[in-house]
Amino acid sequence: MLHFSKFKAFMVAIAVVFAALAAMPNLLSEQTRQAIPGFLPNQALTLGLDLQGGSHVLLEVDAASLKEGLSKQLVGDIRLKLRDGKIRYQGLRRTADGAVVTISDAADVEQAMTLLRELSQPVDVGMFGQGGQVQEFDIVQSGQTVTMSASQGGLESRIGRAVQQSLEIIGRRINALGTTEPTIQRQGVDRIVVQVPGLQDPSRLKALLGQTAKLAFRLLCDAQPQGPGGTVPLDCEELADRSEPDILYWVQTSRSATVDGEDLNDAQTGFDQQTNEPVVNFRFNSTGAQRFCRLTQANVGRPFAIVLDAEVISAPVIREQICGGTGQISGNFTVEEANDLSIVLRSGALPAKLTIVEERTVGPSLGSDSVNAGMIASMIGFAGVLLFMFVSYGLFGLFSIVALMVNLLIVLGALSFLGATLTLPGIAGIVLTMGMAVDSNVLVFERIREEVANGRSPLNAIETGFRMALGTILDANITTLIAAVILFGMGSGPVRGFAVTLGTGILSTVFTAYTVTRLIIAFWVRVRRPKTVPL
Amino acid sequence: MKPLRFVPDNTDIGFMKVAKPGFMASIAAVLASVVLFFTISLNYGIDFTGGTEVLVRPTPENAQTLTIDEMRSVVGGLGLGSTELQEFGGDGDVAIRIGLQDGGEEAQQEAVAKVKQAFGDRVEYRAVNSLGSKVSGELARDGLLAIVLSFIAIMIYIWLRFEWQFAIGTVATLIHDVALTIGLLCLVRVQFDLTSIAAILTIVGYSLNDTVVVFDRFRENLRKYKKMPFDKMVDLSLNQTLPRTLMTSISTLLALLALYTFGGEVLRSFTFIMIFGVIIGTYSSIFIGAPLLSMMGAYVDRTPKPGPGDIPAEADGTQP
Repeated sequence: MLHFSKFKAFMVAIAVVFAALAAMPNLLSEQTRQAIPGFLPNQALTLGLDLQGGSHVLLEVDAASLKEGLSKQLVGDIRLKLRDGKIRYQGLRRTADGAVVTISDAADVEQAMTLLRELSQPVDVGMFGQGGQVQEFDIVQSGQTVTMSASQGGLESRIGRAVQQSLEIIGRRINALGTTEPTIQRQGVDRIVVQVPGLQDPSRLKALLGQTAKLAFRLLCDAQPQGPGGTVPLDCEELADRSEPDILYWVQTSRSATVDGEDLNDAQTGFDQQTNEPVVNFRFNSTGAQRFCRLTQANVGRPFAIVLDAEVISAPVIREQICGGTGQISGNFTVEEANDLSIVLRSGALPAKLTIVEERTVGPSLGSDSVNAGMIASMIGFAGVLLFMFVSYGLFGLFSIVALMVNLLIVLGALSFLGATLTLPGIAGIVLTMGMAVDSNVLVFERIREEVANGRSPLNAIETGFRMALGTILDANITTLIAAVILFGMGSGPVRGFAVTLGTGILSTVFTAYTVTRLIIAFWVRVRRPKTVPL
Repeated sequence: MKPLRFVPDNTDIGFMKVAKPGFMASIAAVLASVVLFFTISLNYGIDFTGGTEVLVRPTPENAQTLTIDEMRSVVGGLGLGSTELQEFGGDGDVAIRIGLQDGGEEAQQEAVAKVKQAFGDRVEYRAVNSLGSKVSGELARDGLLAIVLSFIAIMIYIWLRFEWQFAIGTVATLIHDVALTIGLLCLVRVQFDLTSIAAILTIVGYSLNDTVVVFDRFRENLRKYKKMPFDKMVDLSLNQTLPRTLMTSISTLLALLALYTFGGEVLRSFTFIMIFGVIIGTYSSIFIGAPLLSMMGAYVDRTPKPGPGDIPAEADGTQP
């Protein structure tokens, strides 16, 4: 056991040097790190949000709003399809997750079914598409009534697409805030994690993420409410004013009375020339410009509403036709509100509403306090353990201290190399590993003592001690590793950081206790040829 | 310099003689913990209940006037249902906890906004955590799942590496440790959150480590002393591993005490649980795992089987 081939000793040395190189960037400044040649590791540990401060926001695609959009669209599609097919129908309306329609003439039902089936696309289901394909809609016919509802697979694939689109749009919105290195990631089926380091007050971030930003220009109905509780006329919808929710408007719902914000090309903050109040200037693309031109031309003198996410921003009267493709939205904005509105309009509308289901923000002062406390605690803890080992095991204690240093170096190196994130529980994990790393050495040393007491020669006792302790060390550490792996699997954020450092610590502990300590002792035995074991 | 011995050599403590009362006491303690858990229950943090937690520190110019009582009345006037204010650490930080709001996920966000509006610039917002019932429900489920999964995984591992009696002994030890930890947490009302689950799983890892080391020695001695009565053999093994058990516990406790004292308020509940866990884990491998194994001793197969640390006798040349 004490014989090391030159090759083995060399490999251990290489591993230690590599770990040192990988740990090194943590001591260097950002600038020096940039100057490290490419073949050397140059990654430093990333501090978690709990240490550097920042905001973590978890968003979820609102399935209800997605279904609503889906059924709205479906009604429009059915209307078009049946009209093109010259099929008469009645009672076309939305359901919770689709639409229902009654074909007027029983003879047309067969043809109508064929047409309606064309509306349903096959979609891939299951992860990586190995789940095969299903139809987007379930179509059920009973008599002359046809019900179309989104299938489970259809809904899931729609949620998936919504998440994918939202990722891009969110990215654009956040980048407009000018913050440093935000992370935007999909989590699970219908969630998106947004992490912005260094962001102290996430209220603006939340405001930007919280609105769908569906903009529409819609004509007002002829009748307007005289107060709350009025009966909303046919083909009209009741919407509230954005800044004064008590003011209600009845707005036309038909597509012909609407121009959508999807056809916007650009939006910028500006100032009204007369009142000098902040406004948002926008420009349509050619489709939008044409439609807006036609709508205004036909309705000069009538009021229309500028609607954002089912709220009326303002309801001006059309004074003249607007065909230049540009326009202005004013609505008693502050500069920041106007800025945010132009950002969300520029970035595009989200395909569905996103709900904030979790927020975790750590201010920079708490973060740096935690870093300091963590540093002090680890240094004191480390010193305590080292002193204890030296006092208890003398020379061999010193050996184990060297091994512990190497262990720490390997943990830091591995974490940096893997690009792991260091969290406060992560620091606790490292300190704890140091405490437990000693265990492997203790196991070996105590075993050696026993073997000496059993009357073995020093050399023999050391050999046997290492060999007998190996199985125990492995068993003891593998079981802890199991706990760490499971923690990693279920945990999120800080807890995961703890699992990573604990797991890395265990692996490197087994390595150092078994190779580094043994190598040092083997070398000592060869040089000193001891007559007794100093334990 | 001669190394100091913290644990005397060649102890001959009759653990099995005191094991029975210890074992009985432990069973009583476990039962008490179960009762505590179902009566006064844990002090669950917002990770598992949902709700909002805002950590604030009054700015220096407001530190005199904005006392915790003043804050309490401000928060109380917001109409947010059950709220709780508590000093957090020694630097004037106050943790404001607000129970789960009715009205879905967005209502939690509104609670945060209300608190911020009420205090404005008078305080520094050190941390804000807010989550609805959806996420908290998932976290609770995942936490429980993690503990159960780790038990099963560990049991399988021990069963593969040892005899089944050892697996039962190990898991009984683990259940004992986790039950007592939870019982203590019910009593002292330390907040139980995600990091507490991490702490409990680490205790599981540690206690296991300890138990496995002791069991390893049982297994070795079982083969070595085939004629020795089981009780005696267990006592011998416990005495042989005692120095190691205590040395490791002391060094781990040293590291943990440093974390507890200097690691800041955020880590305190985590390290508190860990410290208790290390002590209880050390106790349980001696007073739970060993007696249990001793009870099942009659069924342990004592015919030699090659183990991982075993080397054929001839190669070793030192067979006793």
